[in-house]
Amino acid sequence: MPKGRVSIVVERCKACGFCVEFCPTHVLALSSAFNSKGYHPPHVVHPEKCSGCDLCGMYCPDFAIFATKVDPAKGGDK
Amino acid sequence: MPDSLINDPVNPAVNPVEPFLRSDRMPSIWCPGCGIGTTVNSFARALIDSKIDLQSLALVSGIGCTGRVAGYVKLDSFHTTHGRAIPFATGLKLANPKLNVIVYSGDGDLSAIGGNHLIHAARRNIDLKVICVNNLIYAMTGGQTAPTTPEHSTTSTNPYGVFEPAFNLPHLVEAAGAVYVARWTTFHVRQLTRSIGEAFQKKGFSFIEVISPCPTLYQRRNKMGDGLDAMKFYKEKSKVRNGAPTSEVGLTMTGEIVVGKFVDRERPDYQTLMRAQYAESLGERFVEQAEMVCS
Amino acid sequence: MKADPRGVLTGVHFMDGDHACCEGALAAGSRFAAGYPITPSTEVVERFASRVPTVGGTFIQMEDELAASITLQGAVWAGAKAFTVTSGPGFSLMMEHIGYAAMTETPCVFVDVQRGGPSTGLPTLPAQADMMQARWGSHGDYEIIALCPNSPQECFNLTIKAFNLAEEFRVPVMFMMDECVGHMTEKVVIPPADQIEVVPRRHTHKPVDEYLPYETNGDLVPEMAHAGEGYNFHITGLTHDERGYPNMTPQIQDKLVRRLQNKILQAADRIAMFEEEQLEGADVVVVSYGITSRVAQRAIEAARGRGLRVGKLRLITAWPFPDKKIRELAAKVKAFVVPELNLGQMVREVERAAAGQAKTFAVPHAGGGVHNPEDILKVIVEAGRCQTA
Repeated sequence: MPKGRVSIVVERCKACGFCVEFCPTHVLALSSAFNSKGYHPPHVVHPEKCSGCDLCGMYCPDFAIFATKVDPAKGGDK
Repeated sequence: MPDSLINDPVNPAVNPVEPFLRSDRMPSIWCPGCGIGTTVNSFARALIDSKIDLQSLALVSGIGCTGRVAGYVKLDSFHTTHGRAIPFATGLKLANPKLNVIVYSGDGDLSAIGGNHLIHAARRNIDLKVICVNNLIYAMTGGQTAPTTPEHSTTSTNPYGVFEPAFNLPHLVEAAGAVYVARWTTFHVRQLTRSIGEAFQKKGFSFIEVISPCPTLYQRRNKMGDGLDAMKFYKEKSKVRNGAPTSEVGLTMTGEIVVGKFVDRERPDYQTLMRAQYAESLGERFVEQAEMVCS
Repeated sequence: MKADPRGVLTGVHFMDGDHACCEGALAAGSRFAAGYPITPSTEVVERFASRVPTVGGTFIQMEDELAASITLQGAVWAGAKAFTVTSGPGFSLMMEHIGYAAMTETPCVFVDVQRGGPSTGLPTLPAQADMMQARWGSHGDYEIIALCPNSPQECFNLTIKAFNLAEEFRVPVMFMMDECVGHMTEKVVIPPADQIEVVPRRHTHKPVDEYLPYETNGDLVPEMAHAGEGYNFHITGLTHDERGYPNMTPQIQDKLVRRLQNKILQAADRIAMFEEEQLEGADVVVVSYGITSRVAQRAIEAARGRGLRVGKLRLITAWPFPDKKIRELAAKVKAFVVPELNLGQMVREVERAAAGQAKTFAVPHAGGGVHNPEDILKVIVEAGRCQTA
């Protein structure tokens, strides 16, 4: 069970890649899909590795991604 | 794009910084890979961590890319004229000392056209928190030389290379009197968040410089890659030296970037000195300023 | 609402125009000024610096006029009534923020004690050569209000009026003194506070979720919120919509800039103030303002002594220009004579408004002194001889 979960606001993303590069557990990759502005937003390739540290959220210049801790007891957001 | 990428439909989460943003104005005008949004992210997280009364906050920007910050934060926010964010903020603070006033602007705005205001606000020790996003260039106008542009880099107005020396902003504001001076890059998001929180605890002129990528103009013209390359560059070249003498933290184009908290000292701020002076000179004739809401 | 008695120095005084202007600001409720020293205006803020800590307020001497003229606007958005004081060279530097105040609809007062120019010009000597700068000095289309006192008593009375108009219309008001009026010492009567009417801020009482900073609801002047009240409003010098958000389309530009103009122009008749004397049956009307109106008075009386039918129209409001008054007079009189301490500024407005119905004669003076009344008299006589247009 992953400790965290990533949420992505696709339409805000400008594909700078900061989140992908600096995720400590390498959860993310840029996807091949486009958003309506023509950028490739990230997608979660290793959901099981997410620690919910939200470093992706802190780096994102476009407020387009963030991570939340998952409460293992409830299986939902902490 | 499949919806599942946007959010988890079962457990919809909200970005913790969302309440601090004017969501109806997103996405921002900033270029892909620009670091200004990252600094705003750290700023919002510092507000969360500090548990400061949001109603007491006013944010003032000048002109330029960073000048647009005022338009994206859900606070009382003022997008003023070029270089004049600090004097506008001074008026806000002096007329209502209960306000926590933040100046959020760029290197060109604060240190070139606004340079005179910067040094005098530091000298007076006006109780302002200044966040200076330094992207090393005039970006909004198309990549002209700023007072911070490193020597030997190329800009649209120094197409054969910049030959004029750059300002070392921490050194400048320390000499002028700032009580808190720090520098981070957009790579140092946690440290930046902590620094902004510390500045809120200080009474007096606080100055935080954030080195930030400008992929469209500075990086591209100098063949330094995109925003992500700039971030990797910061990671590689930055050296944390808290308490470093500011005379030693000047920036070069490819050299070490000294980051850290350089100055943290106490000096009475302008309004404290003003009130003490009036009380001493006028005695009982001194009348404290009432709240100035003339409605 | 009535003036706060704390700021009102009720009594009969002997003071100069600069000091009277300061007392007018205090009586109007101003408790904030930001300034930068410049002759011949400095006495206004010197007095304010001395007086304001005894009535509860702040004066700050800024590092330059650019700073002073925007610091005061920060204070306004924090709830203060605020002003700055300068003279020609400083007024030039303040143009940037007159535009900002017009665009953001920040109520405030700019006092300009006019001296000779251009550039450093005549620091200690009078002129009236900033009249067009007051109207047109900042870039873009906008309207301001400008008042011209001609005595220390009027410096007091009209400074209050300047603050009141600023609040009523949310506009920067130019208070166009001149060195003579500023440094002239005369009797100034300051009435009790309960006889001084002050206009409060158009402060919004709307709930936070219903407030839009630039919504006007038919009235052309929006309601204002202050920083720290929870409205989370945004103010910008960019072209903006009713939410205060930047919106740089030709449609929004047109809507905004026309409203900024119309809120003043549509009220021009109500704003217009002038002093008139023997206009009925006059052949020639002398149009003047400020110190020149007092010099012209002597010429007018001399001309009347020669049997000429001369009327007097003294402009108290220079901007918006009283087109209607000039147009009405132009239909009845032969000519206007316009003496002023410049080489032709307001005379062009008189000529424009007269639109060929009456002739217009300038009596220019480059400044540094006042007219010789004889020079004005000569032109009045010449104007009296002209044929009706």
